[in-house]
Parts: sequence; C-alpha cells; structure tokens
Amino acid sequence: MVPTLAGRIQTRLFLLATVGAVITLLIVPVLPGSSGALGDRYVNGFLVLAAVAVLGIAWELVYHFLMQFRWEKDWPTLFGLLTLVPEGLLLYFLLRSGAVDFIDPVPSAAFWTHFIIVWVCVWLVANGPMRVPFIRWRFRGGRVL
Amino acid sequence: MAPPHVPASAGDLTPELLGTSEWSDQLVAAAGIPMYDIPFLTVGGGMGSFVTLDYLRIYGVPASQMRVVSNIDTPWQTYEFLTRCSQIPRSERIRSDSASRPDNIWGFPSYALQETWTDKTPAYLWQLLTEPLLNDYWTPRAGTVFQSLEREAKRIDYWDMLVKGQVRMVRRRAGGGYFTVVTPPEGSAPTKRVIFRSRFVHIAIGYPGLKFLPDLQEFRTKHGDYQHVVNAYEPHEQVYEFLKTRPGTVVIRGGGIVASRVLQRLFDDREKFRLQTQIVHIFRTFVTGSHGPHVWARRKGGDGWAYQGFNYPKSVWGGQLKAQMRKLEGAERAAKYKEMGGTNTPYCRRWQEQMRAGRSGGYYHPVQGTVDRVERGSDGRLVSYVRSSDGIVREPVADYIIDCTGLEADIAEHRIYDDLLRHGGAYRNPVGRLEVERHFEVKGTASGDGVLYASGSATLGGYFPGVDTFLGLQIAAQEIADDLARRGFVRRMGPFRSTSQWFKWAFNSPV
Repeated sequence: MVPTLAGRIQTRLFLLATVGAVITLLIVPVLPGSSGALGDRYVNGFLVLAAVAVLGIAWELVYHFLMQFRWEKDWPTLFGLLTLVPEGLLLYFLLRSGAVDFIDPVPSAAFWTHFIIVWVCVWLVANGPMRVPFIRWRFRGGRVL
Repeated sequence: MAPPHVPASAGDLTPELLGTSEWSDQLVAAAGIPMYDIPFLTVGGGMGSFVTLDYLRIYGVPASQMRVVSNIDTPWQTYEFLTRCSQIPRSERIRSDSASRPDNIWGFPSYALQETWTDKTPAYLWQLLTEPLLNDYWTPRAGTVFQSLEREAKRIDYWDMLVKGQVRMVRRRAGGGYFTVVTPPEGSAPTKRVIFRSRFVHIAIGYPGLKFLPDLQEFRTKHGDYQHVVNAYEPHEQVYEFLKTRPGTVVIRGGGIVASRVLQRLFDDREKFRLQTQIVHIFRTFVTGSHGPHVWARRKGGDGWAYQGFNYPKSVWGGQLKAQMRKLEGAERAAKYKEMGGTNTPYCRRWQEQMRAGRSGGYYHPVQGTVDRVERGSDGRLVSYVRSSDGIVREPVADYIIDCTGLEADIAEHRIYDDLLRHGGAYRNPVGRLEVERHFEVKGTASGDGVLYASGSATLGGYFPGVDTFLGLQIAAQEIADDLARRGFVRRMGPFRSTSQWFKWAFNSPV
C-alpha cells in the first residue's frame, strides 16, 4: 500500500469500525480465558477495539514519519503486518498496568487472540478485497472520504 | 451506430478542410467524406484505449455507444512487440506490480494470487509478503498479462467496438464535439477517408516514436548501417545470433530497465552457449551509491545504476507523490518531476550476481562517459569515442552497439498531436508534452459540450506522473470515466455496482 497520512488514519478507522467490529461480534463469546456476563465481555471487547483505533492515530503519525525515509514513500505489505507487535505490546502493557482504567483487565489469552485475529483480518482486507467496493480508495492514498 | 450520410463527391480531405481549425457539418459534407455518428471514440487501440473502454463498459456504457479506431488487431500487440524486442518473451516477467492489472480495474485478485493458483506455487505468496525487503518485487509473466487481457477483451466485446484504420487528425466541430478523420485500410471503404462525429474523443496513441542517441543516428545515416547499430526496441536478434558464431564485443548504452534486460540476455547466452562475448557498458550518468538532495529524498544506487522497483517511485500511483503533484503548477511541477526522475532499474538479485561474475571474470566493463562520435574502424568494426568526466578518453571497438536509452521522440513528431497543437487549441506542459487537466481533458481543446481526453506517455508532465504505466492508464481511465459521469454520459460507479461488476469479472460473465 502507498498511503498518505490522511489515508492511513481513515483506512484504520474505517476497517476497525467494519471488519474489526464484525470480527469482535463473532469471536468475543469464544475468546479463551474470559469470564463474566456476555454483555460485559462485549463492552470490553469493543473498548479494546476503540483503544486500538485511538492509539492507532498516534501510531500512524510515527509510521508516516518513518515512511519519509523511504525513497518510494511506500509502506510494504510486511510492515502492515509486523506493526502488530509494537502496537499489541504497548496496548497490552497499558491495559495490564491499569493506565486505561475504564477497560477491565483482560486475560492475556483473550486479549492476544482478539487482537491478532482482528489485526490479520483488517490487514488482509486492506491488501485486496477493500478495492472491490472502493475502486478509488487505492489511488487516493487510502482515503475513504 | 446511425447509418452514414454518404454524399456524392471524392471523399478526401480538401484544402479548405485542412486549413480550417473548426469544421462545420456542411464543410465536411461538401468534401464527400462518409460520416458516422458515435458518442465516444477512442483513438489508438493499444493499452490506453483498452483500459479506458474497459472502465466505461464496467461503468455501464453499451458497446454500441463506443468505437476504437486502430491499426492493430489486439490492444497488446504493440506492447508485446516492444517487450519481445527488449528481451521479454511471454515466459519472462515484466517490470510491473502484482496489483497493476489492465484487465481488472480492481487489481484484485492480483497477478500473484492468480499465478499462485495456476502454477500451484505458494512461494509466490511468500515473495509477495516479503517484497521488497527480503525479496525482489514479485512481477507477472508477460504471458499472464496477455492472456488475461484477451479474456477481458472478449468479455467487454472489444472487437465489436474495433474499427480498423489510421487516424489522420481530430478537429473541433462547430456546435460542439469533434470530427475524427480516419483512413480505412485500402479497399475496405469506397472513399479514401471516413469521418466519425463524436461528442467525446479520447487519444491514446502511445509513444510518438523512437529517438536514437544523436551520435548513433549520425552513424546510421552516414553509413546506412541499421544492422550493427541498433535500438533495443527494434528487432535485433541478429546481434545474439552473430555472437553465437564467433567471439564478439557489444557496446551497451543506457542505464535503465532495457539495458538490464539486454545485459541479462547477453549473460544468459554466454553461459548457455559458452560464448566469449565481451560487454562494454557506457553510462552517461554513473551512479556510485545512494543519491539525492536530502535524507528524505534519497534513492539507492551503485555500480552505475540507480535502483528503483518500478519506473516511478511507488507513491506516484496513489500515495504522497500523487497527492503532492496534483497540486503543483508550472516550474514547481517540472522541478518535482526532475527530483523523482532519472533513469533507473530494479535491484534484482540475479542481475547483481551476473554483473559481479562479469566484472570479476573480466568480460563486463561498465564505464562512465559521453560518446562524441562513432566511426567505422579499418577492420569494419565500430569505434566509439568515449570521454569520461575525469578526462580519460576511451575508444572501445565493438561488433555491435545497442542503444538502450529508450529516448522518446517529441510529441509533435506524431501527426495527430502535431495537428492538435496547430489546430486543436492544445498546448504543452512544463516538460514539453500535452497539458491535460487532472481528469485528463486536453487543456484548450474543449468544443461546446464535447471533451477531448488523452492518456499515456504524451501526457507525462501533468498533475499525475505515472501516465505511461499499466496502473497509470487505469488511473487516467477512472478520472475520465468519473468526468464523463459528471457530464451525464454514464452513471458514476458506486460500491454496489463495483462489487456486482467484480463478481461478473470473476465469473467471466458479460458486463
């Protein structure tokens, strides 16, 4: 993908709100290690998703800055996948440390399963199927609007 | 199409027509040239015309509303000729991104997914995942591209829209729209010319022509020798055949993708047939390492070459560079073109190995220099007088010289552009080619409610840089289709039609 800054942020928000939301709806009931009422688990799952989106805006600024060192101003497919490691770790430690106190502490297995599945699905959609309904998206640096 | 209005007289261009920039219906009728009405006409019939028709057919324009005038039978004919000459037969891979598919406006599934499936080779997916970091860019086979184009051309009824002929000129029509003058193949029509009257015309006639390096052109003209001094874009198989019969020396000029391809062929033949070929490679600009004005604008390079995956930095097709260039005018735009321009070739691991072996084996000699002149030596071989920037003058003697610089002729060398510049109101952009709008309308050529569009190499220097590439042609086609939608010729395609049309593509059913 060859994003612009606005395109990065819009794509992230759009795909988390669509693909991310659908995946969350589907997998929260079967996440390993989680307990409590299903309703509470859903609230928590969506709060985690929202945290990925909000923190993600800051991450995208970092990626955009790093991309400037690339002659082609591109963002290789592999980067889009591997950035799950720093993003996942940061969010995990923030949740664990209680820094984000309106999200209940999530069991590790539940967090990582949820996070990785959402991430990989969003990444897969961004690398192909997204272009099927949105034929102008890739030519606009990933802007949806 | 409406039946032609056939008048009685000769049916050729009259001095009055030639001298008038804007024609009336009466003026054309008086010349006795048969006239056909067609709302949208594309001139060229190569990749640019095809991709534009493909977009419009998928947007919903019926085949009966469009025609393509061309002197070739298939949209890929010229492209295939040029790739074959420059050493890419169908089995070899072209320099193009996996998701740039002229037969599929969505670019999904990409060529890599398709070839993974047909070749049953998951390794392609690994390469796609790790390009360009751990691997070279994955690129499609020329054959894959041509086969997919054929399938799509059938699907959109391309050949129902094809009219064979040579376009002579496009002139504005009084009252709106354009007249396109066509010379049909001999014997196929009762008159020497026919005319199409249309509201919309699209010109995609490709490269105006090849241009040779001046010293090589001079040699060819002086000696009438078109066998030993050749351009890589013309058939030059005799070079490789000669080298199989006896040891010889070849001079290569140029540092781009075509030079890489020709080198690979020479190295491959050397290995396969145990030849003794010596190669002298002359770079006018010899790149020794990373280069560029700024840490944020630095391209990799070495051993003479500037390295870049594709013929433009990737972000011209949709990222930052595309967004920036869209806002620039005049000198600023020209400067941006200059900054990202320059001849380059991909860093390909196999080529690197071959060149390393050639340098250490003493049969590949890359040198920096400009060539003052080429002369015939006393033994009939070719002597190049090469002056390097450090003042050293070399005089390599060769059996053949291959011009791989890929210089393009001026747009005015093509009579259609020449006529547009003289009579159509078109003018040049900051880099000397046709100035077009962001939606690829040729500036200055509007005619009533009619619009003249152009795409391809002639429009390089505009608000969008990657015009002479597969994806660039599709970007232009999308801009044109959306502009036609604004003008009410077709409905703008939204997510639902796009998705349903994608399924039709996938199942190969008509649009």
